[in-house]
Amino acid sequence: MKPLYKRPESLRDVPTHYCSGCGHGIIHRIIAEVIDELGIREKTIGIAPVGCAVLAYDYFNFDVMEAPHGRPPAVATGIKRVLPDRIVFTYQGDGDLAAIGTGEIIHAGLRGEKLTVIFVNNSLYGMTGGQMAPTTLIGEKTATTPKGRCAEREGYPWNVVEVLKLFPGVTYVARGAVTQPKNIRRVKVFIRKAFLNQVENKGLSLVEVLSPCPVNLRMEPFEAVRWVEENLAEVFPLGEFKG
Amino acid sequence: MPSRKVLLSGNEAVGEGAVLAGCRFYAGYPITPQNELTAYMARRLPEVGGVFVQAESELAAINMIMGASSAGALAMTTSSSPGISLMQEAISYMAGMEVPVVVVNVMRGGPGLGNIAGSQGDYLQATKGGGHGDYHMMVFAPSNVQEMFNFTQEAFRLSQKYRNPVMVLADGYLGQIMEPLEIKKAELPPQNQGWILDGAKAREPRLLKSLYLPSEDLEGFNLHLQDKFRRMEEEILWEGSEVEDAEKILVAYGTSARICKEVVRIGRRAGKKWGVFRPITLFPFPYQALQKIGKGCEKILVVEMSSGQMLEDVLLAVDDKNKVEFYGRMGGSLPEKEEIMKRLGSGV
Repeated sequence: MKPLYKRPESLRDVPTHYCSGCGHGIIHRIIAEVIDELGIREKTIGIAPVGCAVLAYDYFNFDVMEAPHGRPPAVATGIKRVLPDRIVFTYQGDGDLAAIGTGEIIHAGLRGEKLTVIFVNNSLYGMTGGQMAPTTLIGEKTATTPKGRCAEREGYPWNVVEVLKLFPGVTYVARGAVTQPKNIRRVKVFIRKAFLNQVENKGLSLVEVLSPCPVNLRMEPFEAVRWVEENLAEVFPLGEFKG
Repeated sequence: MPSRKVLLSGNEAVGEGAVLAGCRFYAGYPITPQNELTAYMARRLPEVGGVFVQAESELAAINMIMGASSAGALAMTTSSSPGISLMQEAISYMAGMEVPVVVVNVMRGGPGLGNIAGSQGDYLQATKGGGHGDYHMMVFAPSNVQEMFNFTQEAFRLSQKYRNPVMVLADGYLGQIMEPLEIKKAELPPQNQGWILDGAKAREPRLLKSLYLPSEDLEGFNLHLQDKFRRMEEEILWEGSEVEDAEKILVAYGTSARICKEVVRIGRRAGKKWGVFRPITLFPFPYQALQKIGKGCEKILVVEMSSGQMLEDVLLAVDDKNKVEFYGRMGGSLPEKEEIMKRLGSGV
């Protein structure tokens, strides 16, 4: 009998440490499926971020390295320039990529590094206990904005995808959400295109994935999914923006 | 390859030494007084099929060489004091992930923006850890252009041998000075590639990390690192000039040691029994050699272009601390021969 659905070879057969309702597990699986389908597992090197997904190296079944907080695009630049025929991707959260690592992602994009970036936006710092992130919405309550983010006091969230699409060196950008199955399937399409972009040696590709963090949003998993679709996706609209 | 003689600056000598040692990836960010080095690599690396990247910051530069080395290339970055401060986090990560790289610090005056003159104010940062956590780098202190070249090559060899970052600690004067240099290619042993990340083809996937969540795991890993740092003691280098019968010994490294050697030359002509002890590896420090030499002399004068940083190691080495005196200049000023002679108790 032919199996219709099985664990991708690029994903190890181990339970993850992620909380109930967290989006990381789904995003990991999509990446693993795409890498399997493109037949690039044996030449892929992933960079795990500082944050909840640092342990991604325990789940992916290919070469992975850790990087200091915010620096994955710089580390990936070093790897890719030395091994231009390998596939190098970074997996980064919103604090990692859009706050402490703003310089690295902007300049990797400006240099047109041939990398794939998976950018997970859950609107907060997950691992450290739900502090305000550069993608926290106005009015959103976090550990460091107990009365809700106030533009006057804490400034505004920024849209990474809409900024990076302006750079000539960035050739594919899209934003999806791991919420309802329709959206999850679209995320897979985006991530597949982002990796193909690198296979075809075309410049930097980035997929932002809106992802629920029920624990830090203080919501039930289903409620968090709905919040991502109704609130987060309002400010960070879904779709392909370039390429 | 036959050796040949050229006239190069210390900065350029580091660059050529790196290229001939097999360095094929360099990332750097402009900062004085080491800019000739970055420019040299920009021109020279593409000639040998290597990669040069001008990074957007020292943070990015050090992380780029972390990636390049993890992918199997011999990799280097260079900077000067403020830039080296920015690199400390990643140096700690590389000690923790056992990623070998070469970092060159052409020191300038500090603290803060300081100035662009040569200084030796980063000794403690270089030798005692610098970044967070329990780690060390091997640190070489060249004192002329030839040594800038030679010890850069040694730095590559030993970074590979121990899978640990190695620093070449020079200063702005050594970077800028021009001297004849004998160019000779180092014979480096083949690299151990059994840990690099180049894609899990026909092998198990590999992982480079410094995260060990259970305390006992992290302590175990730290014990392994400490053992490695102890083993580095077999690489200790130092130079003694006229120390055998010396009654008074100057202890200095780098540019300061050049000045001290000149003082001893003048003193010896006048019949003074003076000598110079010059540590070449600052980590590991030649404690035992200095202890032995210190026994036979009546005075030890430590000379540095700092407030007295190596002085702490000299005091650890010497049994009779009362013998030890210090003379230092800061802010890019050079120790003066006449002042050193005066402190040695002589108006030569």
